[in-house]
Amino acid sequence: MIRFINVSKEYKNGVKALSNINLNIEKGEFVFLVGPSGAGKSTLIKLILKEENPTDGRIYLNNEDITYVKNRKIPYIRRNVGVVFQDFRLLPNKTVYENVAFAMEIIGAHPKEIRRNVPMVLSMVDLSKKAHNYPHELSGGEHQRVAIARAIVNSPPILIADEPTGNLDPDTAWEIMKVLRDINRRGTTILMATHAKDIVDAMKRRVVEIEKGTIIRDEEKGVYEHEITNS
Amino acid sequence: MSMRLRIASNIIKQGFKGVWRNKAMGLASITSITAVLLILGIVLILILSLNNIVLDTRERFDEVQVFLEDEITSAQMEEIEKKAKASNKLVSVTFKSKDEALEEMKEGWGDEGYLLEGLEENPLPHTLILKLKDIEYAEDVVKSIENLEGIEEIQYNYDIMEKLVLFTNYIRTGGLAIVLILILVSIFIISNTIKLTVTARKREINIMKYVGATNGYIRGPFVIEGVVFGLIGAIISILAVNYGYNYFFNAASDKLYVLFTVYLVPPKALMQDIVIIFTAIGAGIGALGSLVSMKRFLNV
Repeated sequence: MIRFINVSKEYKNGVKALSNINLNIEKGEFVFLVGPSGAGKSTLIKLILKEENPTDGRIYLNNEDITYVKNRKIPYIRRNVGVVFQDFRLLPNKTVYENVAFAMEIIGAHPKEIRRNVPMVLSMVDLSKKAHNYPHELSGGEHQRVAIARAIVNSPPILIADEPTGNLDPDTAWEIMKVLRDINRRGTTILMATHAKDIVDAMKRRVVEIEKGTIIRDEEKGVYEHEITNS
Repeated sequence: MSMRLRIASNIIKQGFKGVWRNKAMGLASITSITAVLLILGIVLILILSLNNIVLDTRERFDEVQVFLEDEITSAQMEEIEKKAKASNKLVSVTFKSKDEALEEMKEGWGDEGYLLEGLEENPLPHTLILKLKDIEYAEDVVKSIENLEGIEEIQYNYDIMEKLVLFTNYIRTGGLAIVLILILVSIFIISNTIKLTVTARKREINIMKYVGATNGYIRGPFVIEGVVFGLIGAIISILAVNYGYNYFFNAASDKLYVLFTVYLVPPKALMQDIVIIFTAIGAGIGALGSLVSMKRFLNV
């Protein structure tokens, strides 16, 4: 599903963010990406989202080589990848329903499809009752669930979560993890960058650890190494 | 509705929302575009009218009038004709007798023509009219015949022509330079207006990108916003030029200025061009202004 072959990324200012990354994530996997801040997690995500181009190596998404693609093709690549951020990124002047529908509108989905899919994903994240509330009326965990609903409403095969629980208290974080686990069970491949040790340890999923731009550990049912400090 | 149509209708909806949201700053854009177009209109009218004068003058002055002595012999006349034709710079040679000249003058004076009836003797000379292929040949032709017998006077007006053409060129270059500068200023003003919408929708744009919106989808509403401002400016200035110039033209057509009005572009002929030019420039400034303001935001 996601495949990095000898990928390196050096920024124009000379910072070497990633060097020689080899990574293969299969369809349906749930992978934690851990490592200290500045280790290269964000860069790796940016490479998948085509916000950055690699300096070296090749990247495949859905068996398609996306190493170098024309700018106007990038939107179509991104439609295969749902994204959830630490800071939620909802539109404050739109209701929960509208925030989710928005993702379908911009790709020109049929109104009938919108009316069918939005309530469906809202019920998946257990927000059906809040469909017509505005973001400022929601709790942090609800914010993130709306963001998740928006990320999956177009049924992308891959979901990327960049520290989705970073702004949430532990109980709410678990709530979000349950939602993500459900989504993963339905077949969506999930790559989640995180600093949450207890979550990683308890979930017992594949853990890829990055430090100073290289993968130093990649194990099935791994744990968050304790020598790494939470930041 | 197909997917494309739905996308297009979303874009248009967003564009008009932007117009409404930015109506205050939009007023500045509309004002600047209107100002540019009004000045362009004045320059256009000036240039076209001057062109008329130049064309008319060219026609009137692309001939050399050779006034002949009354007692000229036909041999002398043939000699003049032969010499003038030798250089192959003439379209035609016409002889106008003094009687014909008087008759023409009477017609030209119209209602006042009867004044000429009282003349005892026709004071006008016989004339040979040498029609030139180009006004620039005037001097050469004159030189080739000026020393011949039987000529009273030779009249031609190369100087006037030259000055007129020069003057027209100044107006044209100067006017277009001013218009060009003003166009750049309006693009700047409009791009700043659109930047307000862009900034207000920055979050939305960012999200749109992650959900896979194409650049066209993101850019579209802003282009529409700019074009709407441009078109409003165009409509205002088309109306202003239409009414303003009509009024001026009619006022100038009052008998007193009849000579002057002949050279003015007739409003009807002008309006068609003005509508096309103004609409195109107004929409163009709007679209360009919004594209300029968007450039920075699309690089993610």
